[in-house]
Amino acid sequence: MARLGYALAALVGLAATALGVAGMLGRAGTLAVPWLVPLGGLELTLDPLGGFFLALVGFVAVPASVYAIGYAAGSTRGVLAYLVFIVSMCAVPLAANVMTFAIAWELMSLASYFLVLQERERREAVDAAWVYAVMTHAGLACLLAGMLLLAAWTGSVRFADWRAAAPALSAGARDLAFLLLAVGFAGKAGVIPLHVWLPLAHPAAPSHVSALMSGVMIKLGVYGLVRAGTDWLGGGPAWWGTAVLLAGVVSAVVGVLYALVEHDLKRLLAFHSIENVGIILIGVGAGMLYRHAGLGELALLGLAAGLYHTVNHAAFKGLLFLGAGAVVHATGTRDMERLGGLVKRMPWTAACFLVGAAAIAALPPLNGFVSEWLTFVALLQNTRVAAPALNLVFALGIAGLALTSGLAMACFVKAYGITFLALPRSEAAGRAREAGAAMRAGMLLLVAACVALGLGPTVVLPRLAAVAAPLAGPGAPARPGLGDWLTVQVPGDFASLSTLAIAAALALGLAAPLVALRLAGASRRRRLYETWGCGRMLQTARMAYTATAFANPFKRVFDFFYRPVKRLDIEFHPASRLFVERIEYANPTRSIFEDWLYRPVLDALHAAARHARAIQSGSANLYLAYILVALLVLLVLA
Amino acid sequence: MTGTVAIGLLQILVVALGAPLLVGVLRTLEARLVGRRGPTPWQPYADLRKLLGKDAVVSETASWVFRATPYVLAASMLVTALVVPVLVTRPPLGFAGNIVLLMYLFMLGTFFLALAGLDTGSAFGGMGSSREVAVAALAEPTVILAVFALALRAGTINLGGVVERVEREPWLAANPAHLLAFAAFFIVMLAEAGRLPVDNPATHLELTMIHEAMVLEYSGRYLALVEWASAMKLFVFLTLLANLFFPWGVTSLADPVPVALGLLALAGKLAVLTALLALVETSVAKLRLFRVPELLSGSFALALLSVLAVFLLR
Repeated sequence: MARLGYALAALVGLAATALGVAGMLGRAGTLAVPWLVPLGGLELTLDPLGGFFLALVGFVAVPASVYAIGYAAGSTRGVLAYLVFIVSMCAVPLAANVMTFAIAWELMSLASYFLVLQERERREAVDAAWVYAVMTHAGLACLLAGMLLLAAWTGSVRFADWRAAAPALSAGARDLAFLLLAVGFAGKAGVIPLHVWLPLAHPAAPSHVSALMSGVMIKLGVYGLVRAGTDWLGGGPAWWGTAVLLAGVVSAVVGVLYALVEHDLKRLLAFHSIENVGIILIGVGAGMLYRHAGLGELALLGLAAGLYHTVNHAAFKGLLFLGAGAVVHATGTRDMERLGGLVKRMPWTAACFLVGAAAIAALPPLNGFVSEWLTFVALLQNTRVAAPALNLVFALGIAGLALTSGLAMACFVKAYGITFLALPRSEAAGRAREAGAAMRAGMLLLVAACVALGLGPTVVLPRLAAVAAPLAGPGAPARPGLGDWLTVQVPGDFASLSTLAIAAALALGLAAPLVALRLAGASRRRRLYETWGCGRMLQTARMAYTATAFANPFKRVFDFFYRPVKRLDIEFHPASRLFVERIEYANPTRSIFEDWLYRPVLDALHAAARHARAIQSGSANLYLAYILVALLVLLVLA
Repeated sequence: MTGTVAIGLLQILVVALGAPLLVGVLRTLEARLVGRRGPTPWQPYADLRKLLGKDAVVSETASWVFRATPYVLAASMLVTALVVPVLVTRPPLGFAGNIVLLMYLFMLGTFFLALAGLDTGSAFGGMGSSREVAVAALAEPTVILAVFALALRAGTINLGGVVERVEREPWLAANPAHLLAFAAFFIVMLAEAGRLPVDNPATHLELTMIHEAMVLEYSGRYLALVEWASAMKLFVFLTLLANLFFPWGVTSLADPVPVALGLLALAGKLAVLTALLALVETSVAKLRLFRVPELLSGSFALALLSVLAVFLLR
């Protein structure tokens, strides 16, 4: 029964991909059912940008559902919510009026809320779902406020009418609408400091759902930002792009810094989702700034880089979550300090995870490298913007992106090296068994996607440029020349890229030493022996480096950010202090966002609630009096 | 086409065969500077030959990642030899991705080497890996910003384009922004290639070593490949410093005579830079590990100043 449900989800995913690709290639269509719901009725429209995100939903839904057939077939719990989740995510990028959008958006949030709650026996999942529900509805409130304001000002609830009416609005009105929409969408995208729900909710859900939440759902926040900033409101002042770019830099750097000191495998991946949304927003923000400066072809490049990273992140983060799910399935733990040695017990999963790790670390010639390269190239051309303040913003983006990519590489050395290499650090890890065929098939599909997106930018990029072209403002070429089948050529001999050539050269480079060593008459014998260890008697897993130790240099270098606290708890023997019975050392990091932003707000809220409690006496007569007073006040005001 | 292939092969040969000599010369010079006689400059070749003849001893704990890493490392360095303008301004793979590609190729090698360090389950390997990736990550922003400062002037980030631009307008080389970027890049080279004061390639002291700790478990042909790749990394970094900042001699023609002159010019520039490196290495002490970030943020500040100088002086 559950199998059937997941197979159906895979079919929905296939259909979504097909329809979305058709939309990207220029097919348009509208489906309107005016009588179904009030306020404009149900209306769906397919356009290139919507088609791209629709295809993205299908692109991850197919492998995730195939994987789920093997991963979650034992129980029917959550199958319905999973189907609703996928269908509602398909509807979000197609929604053409406020009512349709609100319904799809809320269904998506509710379905994912129930999926986060799927393992509701665990206290942690319940807490995560609660934080998620609060944050997502605060975001929805911002979105609805922005949309209703726009509807009131333009006199229409249809998005198509906003496009026509937005340029006539006053600057202040446009700024306010953008701010409200941007905050709402940024909350969904997990942009710092609205990210607190993400590292709680994503790991709590089952892994195929985590893949969809990280791979697709948060991207719908990016969709909203792009849609609102460049389409509905038709571009804006420089501060819009600056804000998006800087939010991207902060999210990227802070996200990866948190990931470095996180030793729960799925939470680590969730923090990397924050980082990658940041990288996407750096590209999008650059595109918006170039659009403001009237540089159409550069705006196109920035937006296309953002979209490319969007699909790339969906591919490798989906893959990594599925791989992490296989590890959890086999060992029952997400704690990296209790894993290790899995490369020998789960060779398929280990190989797939390695591809995902290399892709997210942006190593050539895989897909993460392509989109980070494009983002760099888009940023580096800012000399054509003649405004020193903006040049500085771009320079900050360049440095931030470089730091992020270096730290992400470090973090995935940790994630892969501690989880899969060396000796098993617990009995469960030592007994791990390889994942089943369906789970492997799901992972291999995404491995193929990572490789294909890495080797094929010459095919993919022109399609993405066609999607971005209407959003890049006046001056953007409708069909930009981006090189030939082998090379991506950025306009004006500024830079070019050919991952095919790199891959061929790397393959030759791998073969060359093999041949050269043979010709040089090198010894070909290999002797197995134990690891050298300064004369110790035997090697155990406790001698291997731990994730905590690995992350320690970063903790020391960035201690102004982590603000770690040291806790040392020693229990002595009652007879003598010379004998220690138990010793406990903890060195946790703190979150400056929780300490400085959320804690004060929550405290204020609690204080206000305590005062409000005074008027709630429990007496029905008093409540009737309140109703009467409220009615009278309303009548007087009206 | 045949010209391109010939140039490509020649660049690979220069980097692959020149790298051990560069390391040998550096060691000899450093020995002389501190008053020792030192080995001959040809010693690294003899070391490599000796290592190739020996059996490889591999840890029982290690997986295929450990055995594949030396090859990945060597491959990534060989590809850099096709991307960097060693002898000609437009190397065969110059079109494939410029300086950003180059940085990520170095990262590819670091990534796998750090994994191999963790693979044997030894505390030394993990310690080395952790430190190596920390230094590499912190060096990254400086590299990109220093290159950005150059690209700002040249109007391109294709390495060949930068070289041609400075060749056409030699006074650019004396520009403050150019010199600041050079200083920043030099410090980053010390960090990336594992030289003093960031890492001491001559020591095997547990508490201080970075690169050597990571490759501690390698032996035989694997160690030979790793050592050779490290030498190539140093060679490529010094070539970048030489040809990006002082590009005279790098030719845009693929004819034998200018290429031969280019080779001579490269040898001369590398000799000067090697002497400079030897002077630095013999006159500074190794920094404590947690002082290294300060050095790297210093180099980052230099690179940022260099970018600002371009904007302010234009």
